[in-house]
Amino acid sequence: MIDDIDRTLIVATQGGLPLVPRPYHAVAEQLGLSAEEVMRRLKAMLETGIIRRIGAVPNHYAIGWTANGMTVWDVADELVDELGERIGALAFVTHCYRRPRALPAWPYNLFAMVHGASRDECSAKAGEIRALLGDACRASDILYSTKILKKSGLRIAS
Amino acid sequence: MRELSTVDRKILAKLQGDFPICERPYAEAAGQLGISEDELLQRLQQLLDDKVLTRFGPMFQIEEMGGAFVLAALAAPEERYDEVTALVNALPQVAHNYRREHALNMWFVLATETRDGIAEAIARIERDTGLPVYAFPKEREFFVEMKLEARL
Repeated sequence: MIDDIDRTLIVATQGGLPLVPRPYHAVAEQLGLSAEEVMRRLKAMLETGIIRRIGAVPNHYAIGWTANGMTVWDVADELVDELGERIGALAFVTHCYRRPRALPAWPYNLFAMVHGASRDECSAKAGEIRALLGDACRASDILYSTKILKKSGLRIAS
Repeated sequence: MRELSTVDRKILAKLQGDFPICERPYAEAAGQLGISEDELLQRLQQLLDDKVLTRFGPMFQIEEMGGAFVLAALAAPEERYDEVTALVNALPQVAHNYRREHALNMWFVLATETRDGIAEAIARIERDTGLPVYAFPKEREFFVEMKLEARL
């Protein structure tokens, strides 16, 4: 859980760190905190997982991963967790989740995002997932994205 | 799409995580890349300006703060697609939104500070658009190494 100071720190840094030699000092000054406190709190949030990581967030399209397919699979319930672990471990899978089905419209319970330079590449990668799932997979689909409509990331209100 | 220099690629490969928390973090990271602090700062600014990077800083995990992050989708009629996009994107709780090829043709991620916030946001979108929203909360996350290197 976070307190009010953590919250102000999140609001101050969610859009990015200042590009100055002492960024944590700059944030501290802006918030009226000491730099030590800012660094201590950020380290604590990193340890507890509130911060997943600190670094560059690339635009996948701009770095050459122009095709992205959300592959979705209807996998037998008793096998989905074990198989999900193995699919998440594939190098080209960037997200992998078990999610509820929404029957009858949506029979899929395993979602794996694959990236490639082309749709053919994504489709070949989906084939690797298909092979790994074997008979446990009853149906599947790939939903290619054709447009980013919004990408602001998490924004909590100040 | 712009060409990336060898140094830019190296920045993308090495700096997607593990940025240090210390007094001069850019200097420390620059040292590992074999460039100066000044050059790293300038290159990061350029990568952000050119939209190669969407952000440089901490990535927060909202569930760990008591909030929620839920994937949701709807089927927007083609003739209303732009209008529905504007209504959905107007909510600050919508963190990402992608058009995808499927009957469910709009897929967005809702990020809210409280668990109740998700139901409120979904109700709001259903009311504003008149369309049913399908929510796909994650039941389990499988470990992935989420770092894509530049391949240009």
